[in-house]
Amino acid sequence: MTEATTPDSAEKPANESRRALLKGAAAIGAVAAGTQMLPGMVPYIQAQTSEPIKIGFQVHKTGIGAAYGRWYDRTTTAAAQLINDEGGINGRPVEIIAEDDGTDPKRGAEVIEKFATQHNADIAFGTLFSHVVIGSAPRAGELKLPYFVVSEGHHVASGMLNRYTLQPGITDVRSQVQSMAPWVADNLGKKVTMIYPDFAFGHDHRDYFSAAMEAQGGEVVAKIAIPPTEKSFTKYFTQIPRDTEVLYHVMVGPAVLTFVKELGEFFGGRGPEVFGFIDSLEAVDMASPGLEFLDGTYFWEGNPRYAGDWSSDHDAFYRKAVGVDANGASVTDPKDISTYAHMFGCWETLHIVKAAMETSDYSGPEGRAGLIEAVENMAVFPHSRAHPQGDKLFNGRTHQAFGHQFISQVKDEKLVPVHRTSIFDSYYPDEVDYTKQSF
Amino acid sequence: MDFGPQLFLASLDGMVTAAVLALTALGLSLVFGVMRVVNVAHGEFFMLGAVIAWFVASNIGGHAAIGFIAALIIAPLVVGAIAAAADWIVLKRLDYEPEATIVATIGLLYILQQGALVTFGPVAQAVEPPFNKRIEIPWFEGANVGWGLFTTSYKLFVIGATIAILIGVWLLLSRTKIGLVMRATQLDRETAQAFGIPVEKVYALTFGFGAALAALAAVLIVPIQQADYLMGGDPLLLSFIVVIIGGLGSLRGTLVAALIIGMSDGIISVFFTPTLAKIIATLAVAMVLVFRPQGLFGAKAQ
Repeated sequence: MTEATTPDSAEKPANESRRALLKGAAAIGAVAAGTQMLPGMVPYIQAQTSEPIKIGFQVHKTGIGAAYGRWYDRTTTAAAQLINDEGGINGRPVEIIAEDDGTDPKRGAEVIEKFATQHNADIAFGTLFSHVVIGSAPRAGELKLPYFVVSEGHHVASGMLNRYTLQPGITDVRSQVQSMAPWVADNLGKKVTMIYPDFAFGHDHRDYFSAAMEAQGGEVVAKIAIPPTEKSFTKYFTQIPRDTEVLYHVMVGPAVLTFVKELGEFFGGRGPEVFGFIDSLEAVDMASPGLEFLDGTYFWEGNPRYAGDWSSDHDAFYRKAVGVDANGASVTDPKDISTYAHMFGCWETLHIVKAAMETSDYSGPEGRAGLIEAVENMAVFPHSRAHPQGDKLFNGRTHQAFGHQFISQVKDEKLVPVHRTSIFDSYYPDEVDYTKQSF
Repeated sequence: MDFGPQLFLASLDGMVTAAVLALTALGLSLVFGVMRVVNVAHGEFFMLGAVIAWFVASNIGGHAAIGFIAALIIAPLVVGAIAAAADWIVLKRLDYEPEATIVATIGLLYILQQGALVTFGPVAQAVEPPFNKRIEIPWFEGANVGWGLFTTSYKLFVIGATIAILIGVWLLLSRTKIGLVMRATQLDRETAQAFGIPVEKVYALTFGFGAALAALAAVLIVPIQQADYLMGGDPLLLSFIVVIIGGLGSLRGTLVAALIIGMSDGIISVFFTPTLAKIIATLAVAMVLVFRPQGLFGAKAQ
């Protein structure tokens, strides 16, 4: 083996080189910070025209949410296309201005600022990951820019954000898990171990599912948090207690496929019942090698990925418009699997924006408060082409929509819905009244 | 799960981490030892190895093993060539000045990372392992075996392959003329040059070889962990930790430190939390710098 230096020639080089190495280590930190800001630094000059309604679309094009971003983008493009084909909003065309937030809260806030100050966007819209929403919403509030999120997190209805932030197009985690818990307790078991990502979204699962399970006479015997950037998972699974009857998993991030594969290897065909949130397998092919063990297990789906006799005509219309086939994959590439359980939220939110802008006769930024009031006054979204996932109720006080949830079973590498919850299963008392806040 | 089985599982996972880390850190240590270049782009060569493995494996049909073996050969070669070219085009022109090369390799990091984002895309991709048999570990709970006590044949292969590669690198450095020339250059660049050693070529070769080791580590791990354009950060940080603890330029120290960091990461993650494992590793770096600045196996500065 070689050694670095001999003692007599060593003195200077060894000291110098150690310094050099430490500088390198410091540089890593600088690089880590730099990576976050680089794309945001690109100057972007937009031609000034007051004609179209400008919707700033905050999208996870890169970072750990990229798979969702790709499909949120396609869904949003399709919805805007449809709205424009049918005459736009108040006779004005809709223009989608997409900006990458890198699935990063800091850049998310910068993107919001760009929408307000550079693009002169009428509203901001779009993003999914809860930490990006929580990082961006305060800036949207300060800039008085209506911010329509499609995020699932409970942070809107919890009262944590502000009057400018609304979530009318997708249900939140609290209502989802609350409506799932009775079914899990009745059909799968009462002793549950939870595995969830270690950030706001996962904490919503942890807090509200545990509470809902206890209300059913069940018990959460272990709570295992995993950082969303983690790459290997078996070491966490060893914490699953032996008396677990149901394993509840929800995972996000680039390594979800690895997560589920390692879960299968860990149990090796034995083990507890498995109930997952489809987040663990969004954008992943159910026929991937290593996922065979999922056959017979259950998933929550916000909207069923596979088309079948459970699908409505509205879903068929929406599916075709976005370019998704009956297996939930892109019509041009069967290996490009959509995030079907979530992305309908973009479609529905844009239709709500259209309806509210028409109700409030929105004509420009001075009408933003009126636009928010118009949304707050909405109560029912009927199942329709604008709401293909199903009918919903909207709570104007908490800025949150409530809807049906699906539990699907894996059969022959497909997801088949076996249970659809009622909207009222998912209702909970208000935690905030945003309408009391001033604009 | 009982303590014994859990410790066993943790150690096995720790061994896999240590194996991949040893290869990656060895590349960093070698480049630093011979060239005195702190290669901040080292993690991106790791990432590039994984991404190229995916390109190769997904473009070669047939059994997964064919694609994997092809990737095992092609990815390190391509990455090594890219690194050698980077040395020739950039580092050589900076005269290997320590500050300048740090900045240059930061630039390289961005170029490689954003290049991968443009060509490979933002989404993680899986490479199928050539074989992946689940192996039960029955002896802890006797006949009443439960779930969770297992390893896979592929994980054992990663450990075995790493040991083989490390022996190969050791033989290369200690028994071949290339190794001799590299060691001579490391010891004293100017004297080596005076003896007719083409130092610039040795540098390009070393930089390429160091990057190829990182790429090789990535090809081994990618069937377990997926390829992703942002995956270079962790290996870079851990390699630096390993190289600082092990001692600058000391290959033996690098291996020992990789084993310590990899195993402790596996074991502490299982019994406590992965965050604590990272905290302890970073604390170890601080302690080593304070009490034994030359590292565990580094030559002592007088």
